[in-house]
Amino acid sequence: MDKRARKFVVIGGGLAGLACTMKLCEAKAEVVLVSYQAVKRSHSVCAQGGINAAINAKGEGDSPDIHFYDTVKGGDFLANQPLVRDMCFQAPAIIHLMDRLGVAFNRSPEGHLEFRRFGGTLYSRTAFAGATTGQQLLYALDEQVRRYEHDGQVTKLEWHEYLEAVIDHEGVCRGAVLHDLRTGEIFTVGGDAVVLATGGPSQVYGRSTGSTVCTGAAATSAYLQGAKYANGEFIQIHPTAIPGHDKLRLMSESARGEGGRIWVPKKAGDTRSPRDIPEGERYYFLEENHPLFGNLVPRDVASREIYDVVFNKKMGVTGEPMVYLDLTHHSKEYLDDRLGGIIDIYEKFTGDDPRRVPMKIFPAVHYSMGGLWTDFKDDGHGLIDHQSPRNQMTSITGLYAAGEADFQYHGANRLGANSLLSCIYTGLMMGPGLIQYAKNQDKVFENVPHQVFEDAADKWKDRIKQIKSMRGKENPYGLHRELGDVMMEHVLIVRENAKLEKALLLIDDIEIRFRDIHCLDTTHWANPTPSFINQLHSMIHLSKIITVGALLRNEFRGAHYKPEFDLEQPHDFDPHEYVDYLEQKHYGEIPEGAFPEDHLAYMKRFEANNENWLKTTIAHYGEGKPHISYEPVDTSLVPPRPRKYE
Amino acid sequence: MASDNIQIKVKRQDGPESKPYWQEFEVPFKPHSNIISCLQDIQRNPSTCKGERVNPVVWECNCLEEVCGACTMVINGRVRQACTALVHKLDHPITLEPMSKFPVVRDLHVDRTRMFRNLKKVKAWIHVDGTHDIGEGPILPDEERAKRYVLSECMTCGCCLEACPQFSKDNNFLGAATFAQVRLFNAHPTGKFDQEQRLDAVMGEGGIADCGNAQVCVEVCPKHIPLTESIADVGRQTTLQILKNLFFK
Ligand SMILES: Cc1cc2nc3c(=O)[nH]c(=O)nc-3n(C[C@H](O)[C@H](O)[C@H](O)COP(=O)(O)OP(=O)(O)OC[C@H]3O[C@@H](n4cnc5c(N)ncnc54)[C@H](O)[C@@H]3O)c2cc1C
Ligand code: SF4
Ligand code: SF4
Repeated sequence: MDKRARKFVVIGGGLAGLACTMKLCEAKAEVVLVSYQAVKRSHSVCAQGGINAAINAKGEGDSPDIHFYDTVKGGDFLANQPLVRDMCFQAPAIIHLMDRLGVAFNRSPEGHLEFRRFGGTLYSRTAFAGATTGQQLLYALDEQVRRYEHDGQVTKLEWHEYLEAVIDHEGVCRGAVLHDLRTGEIFTVGGDAVVLATGGPSQVYGRSTGSTVCTGAAATSAYLQGAKYANGEFIQIHPTAIPGHDKLRLMSESARGEGGRIWVPKKAGDTRSPRDIPEGERYYFLEENHPLFGNLVPRDVASREIYDVVFNKKMGVTGEPMVYLDLTHHSKEYLDDRLGGIIDIYEKFTGDDPRRVPMKIFPAVHYSMGGLWTDFKDDGHGLIDHQSPRNQMTSITGLYAAGEADFQYHGANRLGANSLLSCIYTGLMMGPGLIQYAKNQDKVFENVPHQVFEDAADKWKDRIKQIKSMRGKENPYGLHRELGDVMMEHVLIVRENAKLEKALLLIDDIEIRFRDIHCLDTTHWANPTPSFINQLHSMIHLSKIITVGALLRNEFRGAHYKPEFDLEQPHDFDPHEYVDYLEQKHYGEIPEGAFPEDHLAYMKRFEANNENWLKTTIAHYGEGKPHISYEPVDTSLVPPRPRKYE
Repeated sequence: MASDNIQIKVKRQDGPESKPYWQEFEVPFKPHSNIISCLQDIQRNPSTCKGERVNPVVWECNCLEEVCGACTMVINGRVRQACTALVHKLDHPITLEPMSKFPVVRDLHVDRTRMFRNLKKVKAWIHVDGTHDIGEGPILPDEERAKRYVLSECMTCGCCLEACPQFSKDNNFLGAATFAQVRLFNAHPTGKFDQEQRLDAVMGEGGIADCGNAQVCVEVCPKHIPLTESIADVGRQTTLQILKNLFFK
């Protein structure tokens, strides 16, 4: 039995899936790597800005512990801290590894790695490879996995779709049901464990900064099989995207990192060309409202400020939902060198040249902090025990999740350039635990009754057959757009319970109409329609997880902004006061007059709110809908405190 | 635009062995829209101009920002990505065809496995000791990094191969993209160690000697990869290698 190679099934070839595959191969395991399309075309290629690691290359006094603090603070303390801390401590080694794998990271004058500043921190901590960091990182991992493929350790099943986990009578995941997207064949593969590295769910919103395959269908399918889905309501809105019919293309945060300034004309509805509007008549609202962080406030803050300027103050550019993102104060050479790729994107898709005119942008759905619930084991010293099979395991034994598909690391809001890190980190970190899991199991999948696999495949053969026989009136692609519109209108930046309740009714309506779908194409070869219909079914369930989670969470935390429950931090409040407050409370009574009265009242509100809401949302599937419960968050390392970005 | 609708002719094919046929669609004109949004409109209303209900057109796409390389097709006779093909900049009616140098899977979706296979042939990777923490990578001047960076933006889209007179379905020509990748990896301080193996691969059948120097590849590359310069450079490397093989082996 010990001679048998360990066998794993990895679904998804983005950064997380490829990193995991590479790590497993290095440990001599065999991997079946499954992806919708060629893994080299995975969504991770879209990431432009960079990847964080506190290497302190500029002598600013940065350290992994500060990176850790910035990350949990940015996430409004909703992240389990040992995992975040471990990630931040591994980050420098990860960047050096990626550098050794050949990523063309920009260099400093001395030939070391160059770093720049990103939102939510005061340090230059973001390594970058031109304006295509995600593409460069993904290619480097893709190349390593190609090497293992060449050597026979990896079998790639591209143009295959993961439908569901094969779960045996003991509730253990033993493999996956796959759908060959060319032949239409449905079959199973067995593995010692299955890893879902299937990315985010932004297609639930129809148009977003995400790619077309980011439907979240794989994670939702695990949820429908009983896995816990966590913190679904935390959807990050990126403040700066280029409006478009097919996609809302991201304008990277690096545009702000390199000094991009956000403004609107002071006169609402001003029709002058932006270049004719003098400095004095421009309202640089982020700089004015946040003198310390300026244009580099975290994403949630920036999105809300833009929303406020456009919808409450009615100051959008020419009256439309758009604001300027201005780079024109930099020289053409500087911009080409530092931001060439993203400037090209803007020019290509709008026809305007950002070197000469300010860009027009508006917020868009960008990232899901929520995802499949995954476990971890800390080492008792604020880091992670890397050998533990619990790391990254979902609530289904033997089914793991990694990358954007899991819910850890970013709490209520993700900091820029932390996701590429968390994706690579999870992929690498979970490797040893997966091997341990395979070693420890008392039964290998080959000894699981055949029937288990056959039943799983048969279920899906029937399901696809049933979808193909759907002869109703609804166009699945049109229905998807409608679902997206519902989510965009009701469950976006500003959340109100009345609107969320309405969204649930509208989703129910879409679910009813789903039954009346017309399967437009019933041919057998390379037919994407039945699988899209199945994905739409998942997206409907996922939209419920997001909306119900948002409805029940009566507070304002990170990306989840419910103005009704804003704790109204006094303007002159200093978060350090809260640390003093906690300390004084610890030693007994708070002396009278120790804090201004309104500050004290605010701190009490803050504390009470955390008692109620500093917890992870868990969605459990049952009878067609999510059942919500809550779990405590591990805040053992830094006590939660109010956020403030001055 | 005279009318508010645009005409799109699509060359369709039901499977690899089936015969291609043309169908014509009409979709609403929207400012700044691209071919992808037209194809999405067809999905939402899959009827031809003649009012015939048909299967939605099949094509490949993902990122919609010209970095994944998936949506390459021949648009008005020119090979390019559908996501960056803005409707208001194209002549009408618009014609869409699959690339001709790769086997058609269905409609506009082709099989580019050969490109990935070629990357294996030339060992387009860097052989590292392992993924464990052994410290910093090689120290490099930024100019050297910048030279590699432009090559590493190749998204395996296939435009250069579609345009190349030398590359055809029934030969093994490696093609411009692969040669540029050889240059990319040979230019890396660690990648250099496997230089000989890569050069051996491009000296074999379908290798660099078959390049006719037509230089059309470089004109169609959406990422502006310096392809002809790379071919020349790898050509020089192989010449040196041949000499080395002659005298030292
Ligand atoms: C425009 C944009 C810019 C960004 N910029 C940055 C940045 O600068 N810095 C940063 O840190 N983060 C950034 N992010 C976030 C980051 O890119 C993503 O979170 C990250 O790449 C996700 O990687 P992943 O490995 O989890 O999944 P992905 O790269 O999304 O890969 C998912 C994989 O799963 C496969 N898959 C999915 N479902 C199935 C299924 N059912 N069957 C088979 N295969 C399946 C897909 O084919 C794909 O291979 C950005 C995101 C966007 C949208
Ligand atoms: S130079 Fe000509 S023959 Fe050579 S790869 Fe380019 S197009 Fe093909
Ligand atoms: S070299 Fe250019 S045209 Fe050729 S595959 Fe790469 S990106 Fe496409």
